[in-house]
Amino acid sequence: MAASDELGALTRAFSGFGVDEKALISILGKWHQEQRQTFRKGTRDFFTEDERQFERWDDRHVIQLQHEFLRFKHAIVLWTMHPWERDARLLKEALHKGPQHKVLVEVACTRLSDELLGARKAYHSLFDHSIEEDVAFGIHGPERKLLVALVSSYRYEGTKVNEEIAKSEAKFLSSAIKGAAGNKNLLENEEVVRIVATRSKPHLTSVYNHYKEITGHYLDEDLDGELYLQETVQCLCKPQKYFSKVLDASMGPDVDELKKEAVTRIIVTRADVDMKLIKEEYNHKYGVSLPNKIEDVANGNYRDFLLTLVARGD
Amino acid sequence: MATLIFPEHPSPVADAEALRKACQGWGTDEKTIISILGRRNAIQRKLIRQAYEDMYQEDLIKRLESELSGDFEKALYQWTLDLEERDAVLLNVAIKQVPLPDYRVIVEISCIRSHEELLAIKRAYQIRYKHSVEEDLAQHTTGDIRQLLVGLVSVYRYKGDEINVRLASSEAEILHRVISEKAIFNHEETIRIITTRSKAQVLATLNHYKDDYGTSITKHLKDGSSHEFLFALRTAIRCICDHHKYYEKVVRRALNKPGTDEDSLTRVIITSAEKGLKDIKELFQKRNSMSLEHAVAKDTWGDYKAFLLTLLGKED
Repeated sequence: MAASDELGALTRAFSGFGVDEKALISILGKWHQEQRQTFRKGTRDFFTEDERQFERWDDRHVIQLQHEFLRFKHAIVLWTMHPWERDARLLKEALHKGPQHKVLVEVACTRLSDELLGARKAYHSLFDHSIEEDVAFGIHGPERKLLVALVSSYRYEGTKVNEEIAKSEAKFLSSAIKGAAGNKNLLENEEVVRIVATRSKPHLTSVYNHYKEITGHYLDEDLDGELYLQETVQCLCKPQKYFSKVLDASMGPDVDELKKEAVTRIIVTRADVDMKLIKEEYNHKYGVSLPNKIEDVANGNYRDFLLTLVARGD
Repeated sequence: MATLIFPEHPSPVADAEALRKACQGWGTDEKTIISILGRRNAIQRKLIRQAYEDMYQEDLIKRLESELSGDFEKALYQWTLDLEERDAVLLNVAIKQVPLPDYRVIVEISCIRSHEELLAIKRAYQIRYKHSVEEDLAQHTTGDIRQLLVGLVSVYRYKGDEINVRLASSEAEILHRVISEKAIFNHEETIRIITTRSKAQVLATLNHYKDDYGTSITKHLKDGSSHEFLFALRTAIRCICDHHKYYEKVVRRALNKPGTDEDSLTRVIITSAEKGLKDIKELFQKRNSMSLEHAVAKDTWGDYKAFLLTLLGKED
C-alpha cells in the first residue's frame, strides 16, 4: 500500500464508529520509527506541536479514541445483559449522562408493559431507589409530570379499543394543539399528559389515525417543536419511524459521543424486536439500506457485530 | 394474623354439593352458605368455585348473586371472588362512583397492598375491564387529586429499609413550607414525596416533620379549599404509616355512624379476614373498651351479621 493510502486508511481506522483493528495491525504493526514520525507530523488533527518540539497526541482525540476502542466492548456488554438490567442502566444514564431525558421517553414508551416493569424492578436492585423518585426528584422543568407518568405506566396490552373515546380524544388533541400554538405549553395540559401516559398503544394508534382523518395532518408532525411530546407520540405510535430518525441523526458527520451511543443502544435493544421493520422504514425514508450506512460509517469488530445484529430476523 | 377457623381437610366437591343444595328449592339456606364459605381460605374458596363450575356449569358467584340480596349478598360476593378480582372490582366501582369517585377505597388499595398484590390486581383489572386501572382512574379524576391517585396506583416503590436522613429532613421542610404557604397551595412537591419515595423514607420524613414542627402532618392538612385532595392525602399518609390503626378507625366510624356504613365495614373485614384482622380487633378493643364482635353484633342484623361474626372468628 502506498504511504498516502496507508495514512488515509489509518485516519479512517481512527474515525467513525469503532476502530478498524485489522488495518491498525497490518499498517502500524510494520511501521518503523520514521514512518510513525511522518504520521505524527502529517496528521494535524490528531497531534499538535508541543512548545518543546515534539508532536503530542491531542487530548480530546485520545479520549475520542478511547470511546471508539470501547464501542465494541460496550455493545457486547449491553447485548449480553438481561433486558431488565439493560433498560434500568439506560434509564439511569438518561438521568445523569447528559442528561438525555429523551432516552427516558424512548425506553418507557417502546417496551412492553411487563418489560418496563422488569426494568423498574432491576432499577431497585441496582440503584436502591425507584426510577419514579429519581425522575421526580431530578427533573424540575414542565416535563417532569409527563416523564414520571411515562416511567410509571403499566398500559393495557390487549387489542380492544373504544373507537368513540379514541375519536373524541383525537378531537381534543387537535384543539389543544391549535390553542397552544407558539406557546409550547402543551406539557402543562394535564389532559394531554393523561392521554399519552395512560392509554394503551392500540388505543393511541387509533387516536393517531382519527387525528389524521379529522385534521389532515399527522399528530407527531403537528407536535413538532413540542418538548418530549413529539417523541412520546412517535415512540408509542410509530416506533420504527422514531428509531430510523434517531439512527440517521446519530450516524451523521461530527456527531457528539452521546448521540453516537444511540447507534449501539438502538441496534442492541431492537435487534430481536422490530429490526426488520426499522430497516424497511430507514430504507424508505433515507434511500439507503441500513446495513450499507453502517458499513460506511463503522469500522472493525464493532461494525461486524452491528451488521450481524441488524441481519437477525432476516 | 387471620381470624378464620377452617377444617383440616375440606373437600371442594363436597362443599360445592352442599352449596348447591343450599341454593335449591324454596328459599336459601344462608346458614350453610355462611358456615362453609365463611370458614374457607382463599385457596379453598377458589377450588370450591372451580368444582362448582365443573359440576354444574355455572359460576357459583352468579348463583349466589341471584339467591341473596342486600349487604349479605355484597359481602359474600366480595368474599368469594379471587383476591385480585375482588380488589379490581372494588377499584372499578370506586372509580365509577357518581358524583365523585370513592377516593378512600382507591387510596387504601394502592397504599396497603404489597407490590405483588397490587400488580396482580392491576392485571386482573385489565383482563376484566379491558382497560388499565390507571387510564380509568385518570379519566374520572382531574387536577391534584388525579396526580395523587394515579401516582399512588402507578408507583413501584423501592422496598429497602435504608433511609437518607438528610433527605428526610429536607423533604419534611419542603412539606412544611408548602403547607404553611396556604395561599399558594402548590401540591406538586407534596405529591412527589408521597407518591415516589419508599415507604421507609416517607415514614422517616413524616417523623422528622413531627420532631421539627411539633405535631403530625395530618393535623396540618385540614384547612384549605382543596377539601377532597387533603382528605385523600391524609388517608394516604395514614395508610402508609399504620394501616391497622387506619382500618380500626374506618371500622369504628362505620359502626358509630347512625345507620352504620355497611360498605366500609364489609370492605375492611373481608379484606383483612385472612391478614391483619386480629391486630385490628386488638386495636379496636383497646380504643373502644369492647370487642369488635360485640360492636358488630350490636349494629348489624340477620345473615349479614352472622356472616361477619363468622369471619371475625366466633365459633357457633
